[in-house]
Amino acid sequence: MKGLRALRQSTLAFTAATVIGAGVPAISAAETIKVGILHSLSGTMAISETTLKDVMLMLIERQNEAGGLLGMPLEPVVVDPASDWPLFAEKARELISQEEVAVVFGCWTSVSRKSVLPVFEELNGLLFYPVQYEGEESSRNVFYTGAAPNQQAIPAVEYLMSEDGGGAERFVLLGTDYVYPRTTNKILRAFLNANGVGDEDIFENYTPFGHSDWQTIVAEVKDFASQGKRTAVVSTINGDANVPFYKELANQGVSADDLPVVAFSVGEEELAGLDTEPLVGHLAAWNYFMSVDSDENFDFIDAWHAFIGDENRVTNDPMEAHYIGFTMWAQAVQQAGTTDVDAVRQAMYRQSAPNLTGGTAVMNTNHHLSKPVLIGEIQADGQFETVWETDGLVVGDAWSDYIPESAKLTADWTYPWVCGNCEEPRF
Amino acid sequence: MAVFQSLRYTTVSSVVLMIWLGMAAVTAAAAQDLADRVAALAEGGFNDKVTAVGALAATGDDRAAPVLEAMLEGLLFTQREGGSIVIGEHLSRRELRLADAVTGADLGTAGSRSVRKIRINNRVRAAIRSALGGLKLMHPDPAERRAAAAAVLNAPDLSFLPTLDTAIDRETEPDLKTLLGKARAAVLLSSETVADRLEAVRYLGTYTDPEVRGLLGGLLVERGGRQAEPDDAVRAAAAEAIADIDRRLQQWAIVGNIYQGISLGSVLLLAAIGLAITFGVMGVINMAHGEMVMLGAYATFVTQELFRAYWPGYFGWSLAVAIPFAFLVTALVGMAIERGIIRFLYGRPLETLLATWGLSLILQQAVRTIFGPTNREVGTPDWMQGAIETTAGLTLTYNRLYIILFSLIVLFALMLVLRHTALGLQMRAVTQNRPMAAGMGIPTGRVDMLTFGLGSGIAGIGGVALSQIDNVSPNLGQSYIVDSFMVVVFGGVGNLWGTLAGAMSLGVINKLLEPYAGAVLAKILVLVAIILFIQKRPRGLFALKGRAVEA
Amino acid sequence: MATGSSSGYTPLLLRIDAGGWVLLLVLIAAGIGVPYANQMLPQESPWHVPTWLVALLGKYLCFALLALSVDLVWGFCGILSLGHGAFFALGGYAMGMHLMRQIGDRGVYGNPDLPDFMVFLNWDSLPWYWYGFDQFWFAMLMVMLVPGMLAFVFGWFAFRSRVTGVYLSIITQAMTYALLLAFFRNDMGFGGNNGLTDFKDILGFSLQADATRCALFAASAVALGVGYLLCRFIVTSKAGRVLVAVRDAESRTRFLGYRVEHYKLFVFTVSAVLAGIAGALYVPQVGIINPGEFSPANSIEIVVWVAVGGRGTLYGAALGGVLVNYGKTYFTAAMPELWLFLLGGLFIAVTLLLPRGIVGTLQLWGGVLRRRFSSGDRKRGSHGAVAPAPAGGGE
Repeated sequence: MKGLRALRQSTLAFTAATVIGAGVPAISAAETIKVGILHSLSGTMAISETTLKDVMLMLIERQNEAGGLLGMPLEPVVVDPASDWPLFAEKARELISQEEVAVVFGCWTSVSRKSVLPVFEELNGLLFYPVQYEGEESSRNVFYTGAAPNQQAIPAVEYLMSEDGGGAERFVLLGTDYVYPRTTNKILRAFLNANGVGDEDIFENYTPFGHSDWQTIVAEVKDFASQGKRTAVVSTINGDANVPFYKELANQGVSADDLPVVAFSVGEEELAGLDTEPLVGHLAAWNYFMSVDSDENFDFIDAWHAFIGDENRVTNDPMEAHYIGFTMWAQAVQQAGTTDVDAVRQAMYRQSAPNLTGGTAVMNTNHHLSKPVLIGEIQADGQFETVWETDGLVVGDAWSDYIPESAKLTADWTYPWVCGNCEEPRF
Repeated sequence: MAVFQSLRYTTVSSVVLMIWLGMAAVTAAAAQDLADRVAALAEGGFNDKVTAVGALAATGDDRAAPVLEAMLEGLLFTQREGGSIVIGEHLSRRELRLADAVTGADLGTAGSRSVRKIRINNRVRAAIRSALGGLKLMHPDPAERRAAAAAVLNAPDLSFLPTLDTAIDRETEPDLKTLLGKARAAVLLSSETVADRLEAVRYLGTYTDPEVRGLLGGLLVERGGRQAEPDDAVRAAAAEAIADIDRRLQQWAIVGNIYQGISLGSVLLLAAIGLAITFGVMGVINMAHGEMVMLGAYATFVTQELFRAYWPGYFGWSLAVAIPFAFLVTALVGMAIERGIIRFLYGRPLETLLATWGLSLILQQAVRTIFGPTNREVGTPDWMQGAIETTAGLTLTYNRLYIILFSLIVLFALMLVLRHTALGLQMRAVTQNRPMAAGMGIPTGRVDMLTFGLGSGIAGIGGVALSQIDNVSPNLGQSYIVDSFMVVVFGGVGNLWGTLAGAMSLGVINKLLEPYAGAVLAKILVLVAIILFIQKRPRGLFALKGRAVEA
Repeated sequence: MATGSSSGYTPLLLRIDAGGWVLLLVLIAAGIGVPYANQMLPQESPWHVPTWLVALLGKYLCFALLALSVDLVWGFCGILSLGHGAFFALGGYAMGMHLMRQIGDRGVYGNPDLPDFMVFLNWDSLPWYWYGFDQFWFAMLMVMLVPGMLAFVFGWFAFRSRVTGVYLSIITQAMTYALLLAFFRNDMGFGGNNGLTDFKDILGFSLQADATRCALFAASAVALGVGYLLCRFIVTSKAGRVLVAVRDAESRTRFLGYRVEHYKLFVFTVSAVLAGIAGALYVPQVGIINPGEFSPANSIEIVVWVAVGGRGTLYGAALGGVLVNYGKTYFTAAMPELWLFLLGGLFIAVTLLLPRGIVGTLQLWGGVLRRRFSSGDRKRGSHGAVAPAPAGGGE
């Protein structure tokens, strides 16, 4: 009889499992424009990407309140690629082929973008990628709304070398061992060499993802900095590894007056997990800070707080990138009168939209934005204070001028070039 | 002290010069209104601000220090309407209480967007600190004096010399006196007189720390064909002093590496010690162990939030409360898991792996749903901040020191529980021979529950400590789970001494390799070493002997 | 394969159990039907299989083969490998390297000799371990050889020193973790975190073409079918019975005079090769291979598939691989915020309520029913039906 009972139990469980598992995705009948959101909601990247999903939901909601697009409401399609790179490709295919979305906003890491790129190119989809990245890419099917290296790294180093920035003559380049830091540091080394900083004054070090024990490296950096020349640290340390890094810096008494650290991957969101009192004065370079003094920004922050229901949530640069990207896409759809990818792409060129820092962002024909560059110092309240900004907009470079192989390439998707990586126009 | 004396006599001329300059500043100040100088703080670029800070400090006015302090903390504002300079105090994120910067008159409350912050950067900040340092070298509070001396050392300027001399005379605390002496020598490095500079170099050469090394190194720098230090003799002395310092630093570097290794080992120990109970003693392949650590860290966060909300004055005690709280929470969760899932799986160790793996996914997502996916801020109490700067250039950070101590205390407390309490005796009996223990009347089910609860609770305590050095995010546990298993298996399952030895040796080996191989390669080498070691001793460092082995 | 044909040799086809037949028939039907429905039927036809579904199904088949390889060592030899993801990934990398070389000068920098990632990381020539991968046959050899050799060397040391049970599981985990870290390093020359991607074609056929996808799908189906037959052949052979003996009582088997470590080493290596082949088929279908495949969590998940499907049944493992991954596909889209609760809950429910997995429970079910209705019939399958795995793994 015991066997029977076990049997009954397992039957129940099995039926339950099949019931949950069965069924096909519901297909909505009403005319809507579908917008795919491809951000990890679980796994290691959920920490950064979940917020972007929420921003997209907010922007879509606002657009719908304003009457939608082309007389149709927008419908967000959220999927969870779970920080699993092949799953990104699968989900991208699902969004485009199965859900037939008009556009996808998504990805954070370079590898996730690389993973979905062939899918978007094959199926002629449209992706808005909102994160600062290493450049060296211009796909016909991707609009890059984050910063290219020339919109972040180079201005930051120029600032550090200036009198206001402390006149650094010696540089520590710390990074997580992946393509963005490697490329950025390669560009920076070329830039520094061109500006009179020799290789003996550059120290490069790479650590694995999620590195949590920074004792040795901070000690090495302090040692490198004690050679008499003004030294600065350029950090391309990624995500989770930053909190232990900054904690170690603070505890080992590295103060920003002595040894400023400028980071390209640390924003308001990352600082939210830290006591920033000991970090005051360390820097970050972005195209947007939450502290920026502009009416658009105040409106955006208020809307965000109302949407998320929490006054303590911060805003950051990739959120602004989605804001700009979404506004531009909506304008382009309205101008084109259709969501057809080819038509929208044509309408995107030279499209301009207000950014949150009080100016205007412009989409260039290389699929990168023109944006201002801001350099901010960390404040005790976890915010950045802008200490320097470019006079005008900086055009995002798909191909860096400081890497010989890529300096000769041009990205321009309009006639006569119509190419992402050509040395000469195609036509 | 003889050094000081001689230094002082040789600098009489420059002191006179300084006094003359100071007097000139005072007379100028008389002519200018304080309000103008305060207003100047808000104008122009950072260059102008640095000048304005110096000018304001030079007035010596009592109002100068509070204004500069407010500026340093980012609380000095320009009103959007009217443009007057005010000092603000945050009442909430969006509301400020304002006071006039010059008169101190209360201006009531205002929204944070009605004022514009006066921007400063590192350079201005250093100038303010140094100006305040000059004003505060004789402050009654030793901590303030220390900060002031450090600020002067950081931005040495000849104008501080007279104040420094007086401060050194008055100073009673020996280590502060040393610091002031260093600051004074640093100031003298930019003296006009070669002999002054030479003395300063020799004096600084007796210290062994990177900061001094940096000061001396600065003399040897060549910029655009011009030496920073024009005199050959001074440069030679500096080079010699640096060589000495480097030699001493080198000798201490190995000690530093070992300390860092022990510190890493103690982190591994804290991460693994709970697993040494649930996996080591009970044989449950507990994949949800990392999540117990994570829950402990979140319990710390919750405790701190409560302290922030209700007893902000006692924040320093929050960790002391968090430890039992985290233990309680994770132990209860652990007991629930044992009763709900694991007890059905005894004798099927590999099945527990699957069930606890599923559980870990659920716990992670649950925490993500409740607390959000982003990092949560766990504060470090004041007593855990900072470091002991030894004279040998070795920096022992307090948080790491406390974690080393804490890990040992937890380990030994756990050993005591296992050895000397009735519960411990029963636990050992049940895990060694369940039927026999049951036959002796031990309630094995209850003991299992308590053992798993204990292991989970200890993991939670580990989480309290880890929250001090790592991210508090839903992924916290994942990053330690593999390492924890390595430690327990390397040390030998079922043996707490083994866990200690395993954690410490892995930590130290890792840190000794790191300077040569780099962080990644060091870790790979350690993993390969573990694999090879297990071939040699398939049961770990401290293997249990007897029949338990084949169980 | 110490024991060849002593007492009563049975042809392979007769050694396949009912579930195995179902699996093979489904594979044959799918291997022919899916490409046909994709290529021949018009898009409007209700039976048309869209290309994204072909790619997805192909991916599931690769996972099924991977699950099969784990079941071979875990279900029949009691070796719980938490590092099988490493063999899968190595096979994938071997294939990925071939596909990278096939790109030739069509990369973004147009360098005919070096893959893009090497160009912008300033490599001036191809490292030696990339030689030969431009040849398809060489790459295919490496797909099997690299995971096979690693498994052989690793197993040689581990089994000879009698590392068993949990210890073995943990060091296999250490192995895949070390490889994960190593492949993350850009200096290794495997593309670091981004891995290998942007593939263009295989054997001259464009990877983006529907026909190529169909062919890859069919190849996966064939690989799974052949892999199943091979595993079935091994476990029903005499050596297979020794393996089961090792699983259930290792010391006793050793005392009987069998060289336990040789049997283990053989089956571990075969299993690693199968995993490598699964990886090689997986890469062209998903278009990327990167170090994430080495992560310990992935390897644990493979074990979970096997447990869900039914350990020690082979076809059950394949079923588990497909089902769990289908669940993942479905839930990550249908309920992105909650799917981890469901997946986690499923694992717990399966271990607690279905300790034999889905297939094992169905067998039990069938057994009980049969006993109820025909109480005399106790005859067991005559062709060396292997006892299903004990619920707990007897060690």
